[in-house]
Amino acid sequence: MIENIRLSFQGIWSHRMRSFLTMLGIIIGIAAIIAIVSTIQGTNKQIEQNLIGSGDNNVEIQLYQGDYPLEFSYEPVPAGIPVITPEALEEIREQEHVKGASLYRMRQDYDGVYYLQSSLSGGCVRGVDDSYFSTCGLMIKNGRGFSSDDYARSKKVCILDENSKKVLFEGENPLGKTIEIRQEPFVVIGVAAEKEAFEPVIHSIDEYYTYAENTSGNVYIPDSAWPIVYQYDEPQSLVLKAENTSDMTSLGKSSSDILNQYLMTEDDSVRYKSEDLMEQAKQIQQLGQSTNMMLIWIAGISLLVGGIGVMNIMLVSVTERTGEIGLKKAIGARKSSILGQFLTEAVVLTSLGGLIGVIVGIILSQIISRANGIPAEISVPAAVLSVVFSMAIGIIFGILPSYKAANLDPIEALRRE
Amino acid sequence: MILDLRNIYKDYQQDKLVVPVLKDVSLQIEEGEYVAVMGPSGSGKTTLMNIIGCLDRPTSGKYELDGQDILELNDKALSAVRLNSVGFVFQNFQLLPRQSALDNVCLPLIYAGVKKKERRQRAMAALEHVGLADRAEFKPAQLSGGQKQRVAIARAIVNNPRILLADEPTGALDSRSGNQIMELFHQLNSEGVTIMMITHDARIGEEAERMLHIADGVITEEGEAGRK
Repeated sequence: MIENIRLSFQGIWSHRMRSFLTMLGIIIGIAAIIAIVSTIQGTNKQIEQNLIGSGDNNVEIQLYQGDYPLEFSYEPVPAGIPVITPEALEEIREQEHVKGASLYRMRQDYDGVYYLQSSLSGGCVRGVDDSYFSTCGLMIKNGRGFSSDDYARSKKVCILDENSKKVLFEGENPLGKTIEIRQEPFVVIGVAAEKEAFEPVIHSIDEYYTYAENTSGNVYIPDSAWPIVYQYDEPQSLVLKAENTSDMTSLGKSSSDILNQYLMTEDDSVRYKSEDLMEQAKQIQQLGQSTNMMLIWIAGISLLVGGIGVMNIMLVSVTERTGEIGLKKAIGARKSSILGQFLTEAVVLTSLGGLIGVIVGIILSQIISRANGIPAEISVPAAVLSVVFSMAIGIIFGILPSYKAANLDPIEALRRE
Repeated sequence: MILDLRNIYKDYQQDKLVVPVLKDVSLQIEEGEYVAVMGPSGSGKTTLMNIIGCLDRPTSGKYELDGQDILELNDKALSAVRLNSVGFVFQNFQLLPRQSALDNVCLPLIYAGVKKKERRQRAMAALEHVGLADRAEFKPAQLSGGQKQRVAIARAIVNNPRILLADEPTGALDSRSGNQIMELFHQLNSEGVTIMMITHDARIGEEAERMLHIADGVITEEGEAGRK
């Protein structure tokens, strides 16, 4: 066996040009598949990251009426929605794979937040509890966070994020300044920022909207101060942090179920629901899937053509080496030895082609990635599978020539020459 | 007795015509004999050698090699007989051009499943035996005709076969190289190797201890010849 492999390499090397041209079909096919798969995986990961963020694994649960979240700026609060109790929150926190859960209220306030003449148009005001920043992966960059005193005495203090700071203060130091929320003065005590800065890559208008929601800025106030500017006992939303991205969907569902048990509304369509970002990501990913499958099929045809090329060259090789086959049989080689020798040669040829193809494919995907700004994600299973698949091509297309060689009549084979 | 052929017939089918090539050939060879089979081309001598070498099967008859009934064996067992009991020497050497002399001699040992180290030792010993130890790493293209044939003989004897079959071993050589090959055969024979050689060259045939004539598929004459 090892001897066969050594002889195969010797044979391939002695016909370098011919072997390379034979492998070319396999190389191109495998390289194309690797490049396509890498680009698909990279794009898919990008979509997930754009939607979900950089691994914060935050799931937001809000009240929905039917398919739309309830928006209390314009709508009255339906009857029968109790405040979420500490027990319910505890129940959610105690689920497996939950790293944290916090309650908040949110308004998208188009004309309520001002600093002098600057308005935070389209930004959000969030009334948050004391664990909100840690749950959402935010940290206080300047100033301080909310103290228990702030919560207890419903102090009119606020924390800005980077975006709202930029919009309202345009480079001025915001700390200690007073902003207006619905005509109420709030003192800026801190600036919060995400722990890991995350710059999403935007390819489509869909992705832009997803991104824009997060960029117009947030103003955080203690939730106990919420009634000063908005209303008492406004329904809360919940944000939780999952251990893994893969847990997000199921945790969103199970936590919504816990909250829904407490609802006493007459309208059945009012329900807590999680925004399933994984699901959205999958849907966007699937849009590109059919095109990608087609590309892979086309690359597959190249492999088929490559395989036929290998078969052709192997047949030529068998004819060329009739004398050698005859001699080997005369000195005692079994049919199976001859079959093994030629099959090994075919498999070594295609595997080598597959290996070169994988390398070319990786280089190709890096070039595509540089040129288009799409990140490429090299898939190890795809690379391994490609090499295994090219081995299989070698076996499939090598069988016929090898069988022909094994069954040559040695007398005939020795007579020719 | 090493070899026992009885009433061997061999017919070839040519279109609708049945062409008899061997007609009732019987032949016994004892261990250590040196036999030459002589006959013009088309007399059936190569067919006879192919049958003895287990490359071909007779149409009818009985063939025992070393007491084993060859005609009952299947393909796989015949390969084993060729591997272990028969050594072939061809007119055109049949060396693998891309491999060194040593690798060529190693070839039967690979099929016999001999380990690499032992393989090289035995092949080297066989090359020494034919006087070519210093050419072990040469490719066939770098060797003269006589040297090539000696490499081929080393390959044929490396497995210690029961019988060495040579088909016109000097046919492609000049007379000087041919004589060296003949001397080598005598030397091997004196060491106990059984040799059967076919040739159309009477001068070469006379080198053997025993000479058979074959014509039209019949062994017509059998007698003592040679220099002893």
